[in-house]
Amino acid sequence: MAQDSAQGAHKVQPQAQNDASGSAGAVRALILTGFGINCEEEFAAAYRLAGAEATIVHLNQVLHGQVSIHDFDILNFPGGFSFGDDLGSGVVLANKLRYRQTSADGRTLLDDIKQFIADGKFVLGICNGFQVLVKLGLLPNMGGDVTPEVTLTHNASGRYEDRWVTLRVNPASRTPFLTGIDKLEVPVRHGEGRLVVPDEATRAAIEAAGLNCLSYIDANGDGTSEYPLNPNGADLNCAGLTDPTGQVFGLMPHPEAFLAAYNHPDWARRRRQNPGASEEGEGLQIFKNIVAHIGEKHATAAPAVQLASQN
Amino acid sequence: MSDTNPNTAQATHTIQLTLKPGQHDGDGQRVAEAAARHLGLTTGRVRSAALYTVRYPLTETQLHDFATRCLADPVLHDVRLNELTAAEGFATYILVARRPGVTDDEGTSAQNALADILNEPLDVHTQHIFSKKLYLLENDLPETDLRRIAEELLGNKLINWLEVGRVAYGIRDYTPRPGGGAEAITEVISLTGRTDAELVQLSKENIYALNLEEMRAVRDYFAAAETQAERKAAGLPTDPTDCELEIIAQTWSEHCKHKEFSAIINYKDLETGEEKQVDSLFKTYIKNATSEVDRQLRANGNDWLIKVFSDNAGAVRINPDSLFVWKVETHNSPSAIDPYGGAITGILGNNRDPLATGIGGARLLFNTNVLCFGNPEFEGQLLTGQLHPRRILEGVRKGIEDGGNKSGVPTVNGAIVFDDRYAGKPLVYCGTGAVMPMQFAGLDSWEKKIDVGDRIIMAGGRVGKDGIHGATFSSIELDETAPATAVQIGSPITQKLAMDFLMLAARRGLLKCSTDNGAGGLSSSVGELAGISGGAVVELERVPLKYPGLRPWEIFVSESQERFTLVVEPGKMAEITALGQEMEVELTDIGYFTSDGFLDVRFDGAPVARLNMHFLHDGVPRKILEAEWTKPAVAEPEILAQTNYTETLTQLLGSLNICSRESVIRQYDHEVKGRTIVKPLMGATGQAPQDAAVVRFNFESWEGVAVSNGIIPRYGDLDAYDMSAGSFDEAVRQIIAVGGKLPNLTPGDGIFWSVNDNFCVPDSVYDPTSNPDGKQKLAKLVRMCEALRDATAAYCIPLTSGKDSMKNDFKADGVKISVPPTVLYSMTAKMEDVRRAITSDFKQADDVVYLLGETYDELGGSEFYALHGQLGANVPKVDFAKAKALYTLIGQANDQSLIQSCHDLSDGGLAVALAETTFGYGYGAVVELPETDLPLATQLFSESHSRFLATVAPEDVVAFEQLLGDRATRLGRVTLDGQLTVRHAGQPVIAANTATLRAAWTNGPVNQLLGVVSKDNLSHSNSL
Repeated sequence: MAQDSAQGAHKVQPQAQNDASGSAGAVRALILTGFGINCEEEFAAAYRLAGAEATIVHLNQVLHGQVSIHDFDILNFPGGFSFGDDLGSGVVLANKLRYRQTSADGRTLLDDIKQFIADGKFVLGICNGFQVLVKLGLLPNMGGDVTPEVTLTHNASGRYEDRWVTLRVNPASRTPFLTGIDKLEVPVRHGEGRLVVPDEATRAAIEAAGLNCLSYIDANGDGTSEYPLNPNGADLNCAGLTDPTGQVFGLMPHPEAFLAAYNHPDWARRRRQNPGASEEGEGLQIFKNIVAHIGEKHATAAPAVQLASQN
Repeated sequence: MSDTNPNTAQATHTIQLTLKPGQHDGDGQRVAEAAARHLGLTTGRVRSAALYTVRYPLTETQLHDFATRCLADPVLHDVRLNELTAAEGFATYILVARRPGVTDDEGTSAQNALADILNEPLDVHTQHIFSKKLYLLENDLPETDLRRIAEELLGNKLINWLEVGRVAYGIRDYTPRPGGGAEAITEVISLTGRTDAELVQLSKENIYALNLEEMRAVRDYFAAAETQAERKAAGLPTDPTDCELEIIAQTWSEHCKHKEFSAIINYKDLETGEEKQVDSLFKTYIKNATSEVDRQLRANGNDWLIKVFSDNAGAVRINPDSLFVWKVETHNSPSAIDPYGGAITGILGNNRDPLATGIGGARLLFNTNVLCFGNPEFEGQLLTGQLHPRRILEGVRKGIEDGGNKSGVPTVNGAIVFDDRYAGKPLVYCGTGAVMPMQFAGLDSWEKKIDVGDRIIMAGGRVGKDGIHGATFSSIELDETAPATAVQIGSPITQKLAMDFLMLAARRGLLKCSTDNGAGGLSSSVGELAGISGGAVVELERVPLKYPGLRPWEIFVSESQERFTLVVEPGKMAEITALGQEMEVELTDIGYFTSDGFLDVRFDGAPVARLNMHFLHDGVPRKILEAEWTKPAVAEPEILAQTNYTETLTQLLGSLNICSRESVIRQYDHEVKGRTIVKPLMGATGQAPQDAAVVRFNFESWEGVAVSNGIIPRYGDLDAYDMSAGSFDEAVRQIIAVGGKLPNLTPGDGIFWSVNDNFCVPDSVYDPTSNPDGKQKLAKLVRMCEALRDATAAYCIPLTSGKDSMKNDFKADGVKISVPPTVLYSMTAKMEDVRRAITSDFKQADDVVYLLGETYDELGGSEFYALHGQLGANVPKVDFAKAKALYTLIGQANDQSLIQSCHDLSDGGLAVALAETTFGYGYGAVVELPETDLPLATQLFSESHSRFLATVAPEDVVAFEQLLGDRATRLGRVTLDGQLTVRHAGQPVIAANTATLRAAWTNGPVNQLLGVVSKDNLSHSNSL
C-alpha cells in the first residue's frame, strides 16, 4: 500500500531522490498514514529532500504485520486528525498502539516501538503525531515505563489557529534532531497544543533533564507565555519534548511545512533583502540533521550490523 | 424512544468525564460568555462534562478500564461510572444528545477504542456508543432560558435531542434506540384523474418541487400505452410507485437539471425596445462561449482544455503527466437552517466532485470559500425560522474549518461579503482544486466508461434519513416549514478514509470510474452513470443502513453524506473488496449496469421502480420564461468635498466589507500539504491581505496555480451586466496581481485557466401575485450572462464547470427576504514558477509607487458611497481591450523581474489599497496624486476596474516606465517612517501612521465579533 510520490514534469531536485534510493547505507524513514493523518506527503518530501528514503504506509499495514517498523531507521507520526481527534487529539491512535494485539502472543505495536527505541532508532511525531507520543507516554517518559506524565489539550484561546511562531532550541537538549539549530520559525496549526504539566515536581524534572527542547519566544528571544507569540498557553512555553535518550522527539509546530524558503509569509521581502539566500526552508534542517546522524551511525556501525545479523 | 425501561438500562453503561479541579474549562467558560453576550443571560459558572453511553456487554472491570485508560486523560479528567449526578453548587443542567441516526463521530471513535482495548472485532458500523455533552449551570435559570441556551448556542433541534432542567429533579438522559432493518413498503400513487390543482398539491405535499407542466408530463408518461405494456410485462403496477415519482423529482429538480438555465427566455429591453429570444442561457452564454474560446486556444497550439461541463468538475492539463481539476458550488439552503452542518457538508460535498471526476481518485490540493451573510450586528426582530446572521456566520465558519482542516486540505483563499439581503438565505460557495495523473493504470483518468455487467458499488458512509429531499428542497424557496430531514450531517473522518481508499484504488487500476452521492443520493448518481451504459439494476435491500425504518424510496434518494458510487469490473471485485477491508472503508455491491434502457430498482426481488432512461433524462418539459429590463432610476449623490480624507480612510478600513478577516482566516489551516506559497495574509506582520492564493503542485517542480475569486453583488443594483463584467475582471486582475499571465498570448505556452461560474439569484420566474418583479430579476440574470460571454471572449478564458442556484429567497410571516442577484467567478491559472509570484505588500524603502490603469468617475456602488448611505449611479465599467493590454504588459514586466509588489484596486479604491500595502512590515509611503479632472474623493475612492498599485525598485524605474508607458502613473515612493502621506496639489489630504490604520483594519467588526483582537504592532515574527 506504499503510495507513489506525485510526479511533476520538471524535476527540481532529482538527485536527492536518486542518491537515496537503492543505496545500501540509505537512511530509511517510515511514515504512517491513514485514519485521518494528513501531513504524510510533506513529511515524506522532507526526508527525500534530506537525502533519505521515505516510505508512506497505512497504519493497518503495520498493525497487520505486512510492514515491520524494524526495517526502518526512523518511525514518523505525522500531523492530522487521527480518528477525527474525537476523544482528544491523538487519543484513539495512542490507544490502538498500546492495546491492539498485532500477533497471537499478545504483542502490541507499542511493544515493537519500545524495542525499536532500545535498538537505538528514532521516533518523530509532529502535531497530531506529537499528541500521540504524549498520550502514549513515550514523551517525556522520564519514568521509563511509557506512562502518560503530561498532556496536550485545548489552546488557551479555545480555538484552532494557523499562525507562524518563533522557537528557541533549549541548549541543554541533546537530541540529534536539533543539532546546531538555535532558533527556528515554523507554522503552528492546531487546536489542542497546550502542554499541561500536572505538578511542580514533573515540571522541575523536565527542565532539569532539558527535555523541553523547544520554547515559544518573543522578540527578545525569551520564552513567552504571551498570546499569540505563545499560541496555545503551553506550560514552560514548551513547543516540543524529547525523551531522556533524545531518540524520541515531538513538537506541535510543523517544520515539514517549511521545506522551501517560499513557505514563509515574509519570503518575498526577505528575498528582496537577500537575493542569494538559500531556497531551503528552515524546517528542513531538522530532517537533514537526523538523516546525517543516522548516516554517520550506519557508516561507523556497518561491521557490527553484519555481526548482529549472523546471530 | 429513550431508555426508560429498567430491563434494557442494565445493558447500558454511562461514563462521565469531568475536568479535575483546577483544570481550565474552556468549553464551559465559552458557554457562559456566549449566553451573556448573545442572549443576555447570566448563567453563573458553567461546567462541561463529556458523557458516553455504552450499549455493549461489559464487565465492571472492562468498563472501568475502558473509561480510565481509553477515554479519560489521567492529567485532566475525573471519571464517574453509571451515575448521572452534578457536582455541588450547580442548580440547572443542559444535556445535548443526538437524534436517532445523526452521525456521531465521537461515539464511533470511542467504539474504535473499545474494540482495541477488548481486542474484539466490533462492528463499527453499528452504533454501540453514544456521545453526549452535559453542561451544569450555577444559576437557577427558568426552563425557557435553558432552552434558549440549548437551542441557540449548543445544539440544533433538527439534529440534537436537548434535555434541560433543575439538577434537583434529576438529570434526564436520552439515548436513541438501537439499529435494525429497512421497512419494505412501497406505495403506489395514482396520477390518473387528478385535476391540475391536485397535481400541484401532490407535488407540494411530497416536496417534488415539480410544476404543473412537469407533473402533467409525468402523468402522461405513465398513462402512455407503451409504458403500460412495459410495466405490465415487468410486473409493476400501472400507476407510479412512490420511488418512481421521487426519482423523477430528484432528477428533474432545478438543482440537478438547471431547468431555468436551459429555458427559452423572451427578453425585452424596455429602454431600447430591443426584443430577443434566448435559447438556453447555459448553451448561449456559457457552453458556446467556451467552445469559441477553445477553438481560439487550439488554433494557437494551446490544447489544454480537457473536460468541460460534462463531469463533476472541469479538467485542464497542467503538463504531459497531470491534470488540474476544479469545482466550485454552493450549499445555501442547508446553511440557512443548519449553518454548521450546511457548510461542512458543502465543503466535503464539493471535495467529492474533483475526487469523483473521470475515473476518480484525484489528489485534493486546496479549498476556497466565499461567504455572503446578513449584517452580523443586526439588532431587529428575526422572522419565524430565521437564524441570526451572526449565528449563521459562526456556524458556517466552523463548518468550513472542520471540513477543510479535518480532511487535510488547506483553505487557501476566500472572501466574506455582507449585505442585509443575505439575512434570509446566506450564500456559501465552496471550491476545491485537485491534481490527477493523466493516466491511471494505462487508462485516461478523465474518462468515464461503463460496460454492461459492471458492478455498482456504494463506498463510504451508511444511509439514513438525513438529507432526504435536499435536491428538491434547495430548488424551492425556503420558509418556516423547512423539513428536518433535509439537514445533512458531515463526517470528515469518514470521508478522509474513503478519499484515501479512492486514491489508492484508482492508482491500482481497480476503479473503472466513479461519481459522488450528492443531491438526490443514489437515484442521481446511479441514474447518471446508467446513462453511460444504457441502464442499471439496483438491489436496494443490500444498501447498509444507519438505523431501521427506511422505506425503499428513502434509501434511494437519501443524501446521507460521505458516499461514492463506484463502477468496478466483476473480475476486480475481490481485489477492491480486500483493499476496502484493509483501509476500513465499507464497500457494498448494490447492483449492476445494463443496456436495456431502464433504471430498474428492486427490493428483495420485488420491483420498486422501473423508469425509461430516455424519459428520465430528457423528458422534462422546457420552461418558457419572460424577462424585461428596465434601467433603475438612480442618480449621483451630492457629497460635500473635504480637504482631508484621513478620517474617511480610517472609517473605510474599519467597515464591515473591508475590515480584516484574520480571526476567520487563522482558524482555517491554509498550509497543510506544505505547498502554499501565497497565503491569505502575508508579510512580517502576517497581516498584509493578498489578492490571490498561489499553491505549488508538488515538491519536485516549481509549477503551481494561482486562485482568485471575483464577486461584487452591490454593483448589480446599478447594472447587472456591469456587476458581472466587473466580478469577472476582479478575479482576472487578482491573478495578474500575484504574477499570473493571461492565457493564449503566445502559441503553445500551456498557461491554463480554469474558471467556474456560480450564479445565485432570487426566484426569477414571473408570477403576478407571488413574484411581480420576476421579469426584471430574470432580465438581470440575462445581462449577467451576457457579460460573462463578453468577458470570456475578450480574455480568451474558458469556463470549465459551474452551478446555478435559482431560489435564494426566505419567506416567513408574510415577508420575503431575497438575495441580490449574485455571481461568483472562481478562477485558477497556471503559474509556471511560483517563485516569481508577487505579493501585495511593500518590500523596501525608496521603491517607486505606481498606479497602473485608469481611474474614472465611477463611485457608483462604491464603499465610499455606502459609508455615506448612498448608492450613486456611475457603476464601474470594464474596458476589456484596455484591461487585456495592461495585463499583458504587467506579465512582461514580471518576466523581467521589474515588479516588487502589486495589489489590485477594489473595495475602497486607491486609498484603501495604499493603506493595505503598508500592513506587511510597517513601511510608509509619500504619494502625490496626479492633476486630473477628477474630484479628489473620486481619485481616492473610485472603484474603477482593471487597476493596480505596484512598486518598482529605483534601478528598474526606467525599464518599467518604458514598458508600461502612460498606463503607469508615478505616485511617489515607499518610506521607512511608517507614515502614509497622500498629497493633492501640494496639500496633504491623507496623513496617518500606518500602524494606526492597520489597527483600525484589524480591530474592525469581524475580528471584534469573533473574539480575538490583535494588538497594535504585534508581529508573528521577531525579525522587525
